[in-house]
Amino acid sequence: MTTSDRDRDGEDRRDSTTTFGEYGGRYVPEALMPAILELEDAYERYVLANEDGFMDEFRERMCEFGGRPTPLQRAGRLSDRYDREIYLKREDLVHGGAHKLNNALGQVLLAKYMGKERIIAETGAGQHGTATAMAAAHLDVPCEIYMGRTDVNRQRPNVYRMRMNGAEVNPVTAGSGTLKEAINETMRDWATTVETTHYVIGSVVGPHPFPKMVRDFQAVIGQEAREQIREQAGQLPDSVVACAGGGSNTMGAFYAFVPDSAEPRSGADSSSAERSSADSQAAQPRDDGEQTEPREHVDLVAVEAGGSSLEIDEEMGLAPNSATLSTGTDGVLHGAMTKLLQRGDGQIVESHSVSAGLDYAGVGPELSHLVETGRVMPESVGDEAALEAFHRLSRLEGIIPALESSHALGYLEEVAGPDADGSADLGDVVVVNLSGRGDKDLETVLEETETRDLAAAPDVEVFDR
Amino acid sequence: MSDDDTIESEIETAIRDNHPALITYVCAGDPSLEATAAYVEALDRGGADLIELGLPFSEPIAEGPTIQASIDRALGAGTSPQGFFELVDELETDAPLLVMTYYNMILQYEAAETADAPGTDGASLRGGPGVGPFVERAADAGLSGIIVPDLPAEEADPLRDACDEHGLDLVFIVAPTTEGERLERIMSQVSGFAYVQARLGTTGARGDVSNATHDSLARLAEYDGVPKAVGFGVSEGDHAAEIVEAGADGVIVGSALVDIVAEHGSDGDAPAADALEAKAHELKAGAIRGADETTPPKDTPEPEQP
Repeated sequence: MTTSDRDRDGEDRRDSTTTFGEYGGRYVPEALMPAILELEDAYERYVLANEDGFMDEFRERMCEFGGRPTPLQRAGRLSDRYDREIYLKREDLVHGGAHKLNNALGQVLLAKYMGKERIIAETGAGQHGTATAMAAAHLDVPCEIYMGRTDVNRQRPNVYRMRMNGAEVNPVTAGSGTLKEAINETMRDWATTVETTHYVIGSVVGPHPFPKMVRDFQAVIGQEAREQIREQAGQLPDSVVACAGGGSNTMGAFYAFVPDSAEPRSGADSSSAERSSADSQAAQPRDDGEQTEPREHVDLVAVEAGGSSLEIDEEMGLAPNSATLSTGTDGVLHGAMTKLLQRGDGQIVESHSVSAGLDYAGVGPELSHLVETGRVMPESVGDEAALEAFHRLSRLEGIIPALESSHALGYLEEVAGPDADGSADLGDVVVVNLSGRGDKDLETVLEETETRDLAAAPDVEVFDR
Repeated sequence: MSDDDTIESEIETAIRDNHPALITYVCAGDPSLEATAAYVEALDRGGADLIELGLPFSEPIAEGPTIQASIDRALGAGTSPQGFFELVDELETDAPLLVMTYYNMILQYEAAETADAPGTDGASLRGGPGVGPFVERAADAGLSGIIVPDLPAEEADPLRDACDEHGLDLVFIVAPTTEGERLERIMSQVSGFAYVQARLGTTGARGDVSNATHDSLARLAEYDGVPKAVGFGVSEGDHAAEIVEAGADGVIVGSALVDIVAEHGSDGDAPAADALEAKAHELKAGAIRGADETTPPKDTPEPEQP
């Protein structure tokens, strides 16, 4: 799809390529619209059409600087425990310790191609902020990160990492001082500095073209995993499981598998059915011969943070969870129509998760669409089950997972563990996206473990001896 | 501009009859809806020709610190869309009223009476929220227009259709970055007035008039059929004078008034209302001073008789 394909003067100016079914769009202040259109143009030229070899340079830098490709590792002891083949896509081994760099490096590089002089970004727990700061240092672009005051206080090591990489960190004191407020403030900065600055948004959220562009930078996860599992297991996986907050690791892991559906493709209004052919060839090369083979079906499971409860407290304006896909309702937040945690009157509620990276009241519009059309199954795992899974993987496989990824692992236990009720079937071959490593979460895990009775947790009496 | 057989909007009439117009903003519910009623009446007495009432939303991405804080106070006081509309039901002002709010507030508003009025939700999402009930309730309450800072023209078709159906103006913002074909399209779709954003960034009182204001007004000069009002950073009578002199048909003042609310809001309604009335006087006088410095726009039609 190129700009000239669009009918911007026609009766219906609502351009279908800016949306995923009913979700997406560009709900931004007028001052930002020209920048959104400029970015859309850059996305189409550099990312989709590989103009000036942009995607080649991006891929090369992701290998040399970012450490790609990442392994797909068969997890032997997990496979034994769950009596099926469990493979871990090791995004925790990307430089910086999470999948976040895939997107951050892509966008900072794009900003350079666009001639922007300055980078801004929001961060919640600090993972996207640190990835952006690394990419900005690597590519020599000035960088400022907005981070909620509460998050600054509880994620001090990440604040320090950003500063070490040369980024300015601006604490945001509004509201509860977390991710939502940080995004608000970054958008305000962008509305002021839009002519010289690119906003590196941290997930598949925000106005078009961000959800598509971030997805395309993250899609390498699923592209690699799809090839690797064919090689290692001789088949496509029966299911792919990924955690979902905003949904960038989720869309990254799923995107290459979305067409692998036994279900008949849905009607003409479904953008996902068409999307792999025309608008993303450069971002996602496909093997033409493969299309004629019998279709293998891959289930896609998005595991959200169930927190402590799935109910919303309307009076307090608080959701003790971040299960937007499972429990949210349609609305507009941060530039896109998507599923949201909101009160009946439209005020956005404060979300919660033990995992700061999942703690967000919105979700990417494409995920909302894929859930609405039935292609992606939303599930949720609570704080406690995620903590158990954190300890379990550390103990069984020698990998300390991020608390975010621990939600995906917790889902395995829930449906395939010793106490599973057999209500869900993941199939024989399962890929779990291990989106990040858990070193950043040690403080939280220590605190949370002390207050709970977790079967999988080690005793740490060694401190008392 | 109106042909003889079309009715000019209340907002456009208010601007032309009171040229140069003073447009004021306060956030409803800060510190209470009762106080807002007193403030709106004070602004009306003080010379405001149009009054924007903010319906607070929890994520006001276009606002600077002053109005963010006002919205926080209003939400903290429990301001709801129902309460907002009940306030507007009761208000009797000479100045037409507009609501300024974010798009999600419009989408989520479900009037209880929609069940009785099928066919008003043509613009709604499939099985999802729609804009019809909000616009219908706004029209019932006597509001004359809507401003939505996070709704660019590209996404505005459903709301514009609903506003047309219910006789409300949908005011669009023209930013310093709005140019070329987009500017042309927005100016052809705007109703009521064009909200000329004086500078990049968020709302908030500033110490001077931005150069971007003069550039924007020069760029908009050819659209002489559409009233142009300048907002974002206007806080003093002298600013109003300079802006009107530069060709604006009106000035929009928000943060400077919200500052007064923040300062006096807890003292009871009367002191804040008096201060707001005095500020409105100052701003209106400034605007008139600016108009005296300039020759009358040649295309301004004679005020129409009701």
